[in-house]
Amino acid sequence: MIFACIHGPSTALPQIAAAFSPSFEQTAPDTVVFRVDGLKRLHGTPRQIVEAIAKRAGDNVNIAIAETADAAIIAARNFPGVTVAPNLSHLDVATLPLTEEMAQVLETWGIYTFEQLAQLPEIGLAERFGSAGVYLQRLARNAIHRPLKILQPETTYEDRIELDHPVCLLEPLLFLIARLLNDQCDKLLSNAMAANEVTICLELENRAQHIRTLRLPVPMRESKSLLKLLQMDLEAHPPPAPTIALTLSLKPVHPRTVQTGIFLPITPAPDKLELTLARIRGIVGENNVGIPELLNTHHPHPFRLVKAQPITSHQPPVASHQAFRFFRPPLPATVALDHNRPVRLSAPGIHGKVLNAAGPWRTSGDWWSTTVWNRDEWDIALSNGSLYRIYRDSQWFVEGSYD
Amino acid sequence: MNPNAARITTLGFRPDAKIRECLPTGIASLDAMFSQGDALLTQGQGFPRGAISEILGPESSGRTTLVHSLLAASTAQLEICAYVDTDDSFDPVSAAAAGVALSQLVWIRCGHNAGHALKAADYLLHAGGFGAIVLDLCQVPPGISNRIPISYWYRFRRAIENTPTILALVERQPLAKSCASLMLDIQRKRTAWRGAPGFELLRGVELEALSRKPVRPATAQFKARAVG
Repeated sequence: MIFACIHGPSTALPQIAAAFSPSFEQTAPDTVVFRVDGLKRLHGTPRQIVEAIAKRAGDNVNIAIAETADAAIIAARNFPGVTVAPNLSHLDVATLPLTEEMAQVLETWGIYTFEQLAQLPEIGLAERFGSAGVYLQRLARNAIHRPLKILQPETTYEDRIELDHPVCLLEPLLFLIARLLNDQCDKLLSNAMAANEVTICLELENRAQHIRTLRLPVPMRESKSLLKLLQMDLEAHPPPAPTIALTLSLKPVHPRTVQTGIFLPITPAPDKLELTLARIRGIVGENNVGIPELLNTHHPHPFRLVKAQPITSHQPPVASHQAFRFFRPPLPATVALDHNRPVRLSAPGIHGKVLNAAGPWRTSGDWWSTTVWNRDEWDIALSNGSLYRIYRDSQWFVEGSYD
Repeated sequence: MNPNAARITTLGFRPDAKIRECLPTGIASLDAMFSQGDALLTQGQGFPRGAISEILGPESSGRTTLVHSLLAASTAQLEICAYVDTDDSFDPVSAAAAGVALSQLVWIRCGHNAGHALKAADYLLHAGGFGAIVLDLCQVPPGISNRIPISYWYRFRRAIENTPTILALVERQPLAKSCASLMLDIQRKRTAWRGAPGFELLRGVELEALSRKPVRPATAQFKARAVG
């Protein structure tokens, strides 16, 4: 194998390397290394290859050709101009990536050149410096044969279609989106990636843009699922004018990996569940579907709905607790008091004498914000046989029933 | 002669009947009641999987308490559950206190629309993979609940019959009727208060479950503590 290294201040080193080899390694901003075996038939001998590279790269860079990538890099960094099959034995060991301690020890041992370092016993060097010392000695011996770490250009998952005629209807638009999605999802699959965000930008006839972004709770790469999600989103938020161009972009992330088990129960497939929840959101509203999450507050409603996928977690078993059902919105009530205790309740659909009452439980909070609350709560048993929680804020309300 | 009659043996065992797996509720007396009667047709004790169960009762009878126990039992087995909340009445605080793993529960608020609730339940049942799906119709007025076409319940039964999903309907009166495999009538027997009159504290309730379908010889009584 023959490797060439270009070292210099030029910013166009990757482009120069790409002109000779599609796969190259950029070890530093000023250094690129690549294989030149395949150039023999095009340019001839290594000397002719290096001259061809020098002709393209210009005069202000160093170029070296060697049998290993690391030897080519060391030679390009230390020999000016063009070097072919360099002799590194007389190079100073200070040109190697030594730590300060190693440099001091080598100096006390009288080791100044690659040749001297290469002749040291390997076991003794390993005992003194560990694996780093052995690696440096192998560098000095020109004995490291490693594959190149190929510089991969960043893949973008974006595509655009410009239309000859404006499209008014959603269905033909979805055919075009499906075409873009299929290509991008194939690209995701070939790069072992998935997408957690899909953005569709519709350029409209009235020069406006209609941008919709889907943030997916789990990374997905099935074009059918993504298309269905986009369809439901565009049905809920249609573009206000005919479309003349569309751009689709996906945000790539690593796909979710889950350890499954033979004895674990079957759970809904994440993409299928997301589709189902999107369908239900289309019926009941965007903010009415999710996972309940408790908040760290004494507020009477200390929870919120989170748009996420369910996650399994071990929960210790507990004894049965009495459940509560909210009346949303709370029912305005008329409460008769005797010695400041409720004795009779009247609310829409609820009437009766209070048989037992526990309270008042006074709570207040958030006085520093607009969501301030300050109320007295009572748990009451009515003569109709039901248990309710009532509270007095500015007036009396029935908050719900114990069930 | 009815050809099916010949297939019923003297022991009461029907060879063509499916043996259903069950999910125990974690309430010992209730699970013991489940074990009586159709023991040959169920595997374990509790709510039958792949079937519709109806939980009936008036307000404050303890229906929701039993539903929370069912969800807690299901989420304890690392299953994903869903709560289709027709009247937006679900309380996550009392559910969490009853042991429901909220991170495994999908909550769907239907804004007092029974039609939306039925459609949402339909989507969930056909998506598959859920341990338990609760359709809460407790606060739906009888005038609306009685107008739900019976074809919905047949469709739901068909959707889950070969799956491990439990569909629990919580309501005031029977709706699924012949489509339900289990019908439990819940009643509150006693409310426990603590403290002297005038300084009382709600401590909990004692509930009684009566199996109306299949008819069982015994009832189950259990207690639920107040949250707080």
